[in-house]
Amino acid sequence: MPRTSSWGPPVLERGANAFRIVGRRVTNGVWRLGYASRFFLLTLTRSALSFRRFRGLTFREIYFAGVLSLIIIIVSGLFVGMVLGLQGYETLQKYGSSEAVGTLVALSLVRELGPVVSALLFASRAGSAMTAEIGLMKATEQISAMEMMAVDPIARVIGPRFWGGVLSMPLLAAIFSAMGVFGGYLITVVVIGVDEGAFWSQMQNAVDFRQDIVNGVIKSVVFGVAVTAIALFEGYDAPPTAEGVSGATTRTVVTSSLAILGLDFVLTAFMFKGI
Amino acid sequence: MENLVEIKDVNFAYDVRPVLKGINMTVPRGRIIAIMGLSGCGKTTLLRMIGGALKPASGTVTVAGRSMSELGQDALYEMRRKMGMLYQFGALFTDISAFDNVAFQMREHSDLPEAMVEDLVLMKLNAVGLRGARHMMPSELSGGMARRVALARAIALDPMLIMYDEPFTGLDPISMGVISNLVRRLNDALGATSIIVTHDVQESLKIVDYVYFMSDGAVVTEGTPDDIRNSRAPFVHQFVWGEMDGPMPFHYPGEPYAADLQLGAARA
Repeated sequence: MPRTSSWGPPVLERGANAFRIVGRRVTNGVWRLGYASRFFLLTLTRSALSFRRFRGLTFREIYFAGVLSLIIIIVSGLFVGMVLGLQGYETLQKYGSSEAVGTLVALSLVRELGPVVSALLFASRAGSAMTAEIGLMKATEQISAMEMMAVDPIARVIGPRFWGGVLSMPLLAAIFSAMGVFGGYLITVVVIGVDEGAFWSQMQNAVDFRQDIVNGVIKSVVFGVAVTAIALFEGYDAPPTAEGVSGATTRTVVTSSLAILGLDFVLTAFMFKGI
Repeated sequence: MENLVEIKDVNFAYDVRPVLKGINMTVPRGRIIAIMGLSGCGKTTLLRMIGGALKPASGTVTVAGRSMSELGQDALYEMRRKMGMLYQFGALFTDISAFDNVAFQMREHSDLPEAMVEDLVLMKLNAVGLRGARHMMPSELSGGMARRVALARAIALDPMLIMYDEPFTGLDPISMGVISNLVRRLNDALGATSIIVTHDVQESLKIVDYVYFMSDGAVVTEGTPDDIRNSRAPFVHQFVWGEMDGPMPFHYPGEPYAADLQLGAARA
């Protein structure tokens, strides 16, 4: 951009500069969104073609993304369930319906907290690890080396991680919800002494398989796709430097957390509008 | 002698900054040629172009009679199976052992039985003297050893063209001597052709057949190692003796110094 004069009319120039900066940010944003969509489509097509060859690698990624996230998911699920039990009991007993606490715990977990909180935990535990790993592979030229060896890194590196993440997410959300229900049971039935039969039977009556459980699973699959795709794209797109990889890791956690919450609102609006 | 690689009138720019300006080079079969020049003069870009990772803005890069920029992905991958590349710091896959790194391409590109892959890998590792280190992970290898494993990986499929991107960077003198001897020996044993991108003048002049000197995106001098050693050209002299200023300026082109300082005063 040719500079007319370094002492030019400051107000006009500043205004024009601000305009330019906004314009550049917008075009960069749109460009990046297009690039990310293209990357996502390539991941889907190439990994689908090579899934049979790289099935072993996908199982390995399920271990890294899913099994290694189990501890944080189990512990968090247990505590969230216990807190729900305590708070729910506090409120419900004022109306004399403390047995309904089982319903409250189960519905909150299966519909909302299970998919959302486990996806947030998954983004910070597994998503950030994926971004950092891919970013470092790029910085140390492992990705270019693979391309020079005539092996497609999207099929070989990105594809298995994508499917590993997408398959792990609903399982983790289910474990989170199950642990939460168990936590709620521990606090309200075992500690506080709510009637056990009422706790379970009210829960069984209120939770609908199609409306609640299937919708929860759909949510967690959508979140799994979003988090994994964001994490892999950020890693693949990271500038090959230390700051580049750390910035990409931060962006993964921030962007995927916002994406989870935004998508959750949209999905909830569609799923539960008639209830 | 037939040329394996031919580069004709190649121009290339990253965004608006020109990196390669009208490059012409030929690499005859069986030879080792060096491309030398300062960091950032376009050497690695040229190497990536020969591997088909970048396309020239104009001009052609031909390898074994095929224009690299016109190949589709399948044809490009087929060509790359006949090329080996050694990266500056090895670029070994850090999550698998030295053995698996060398076996990587054999397993990806062939249906050889595992017993045969094992024999081939041990032969390649033996050629670089690291048969005994096959179970080590890349993080357990020293810099020189990692470079040798990467070299074994680069020659895993007996390529016709081996490319080296700064193979001597960051190595101690012994490792450097080992790598440079291996480059020559492997090239001759495999009947391959090699291109070394380097700024290590003394080490590479010992083993190469021909040298291209690049500066600011253009070839400024070329010749055999003896021509280069005896050259009186100011540029070559500056490069070989590592002088601070000369035909290759110390300062990157920019606004005049005084104008820059005035700008600085105005901002403050």
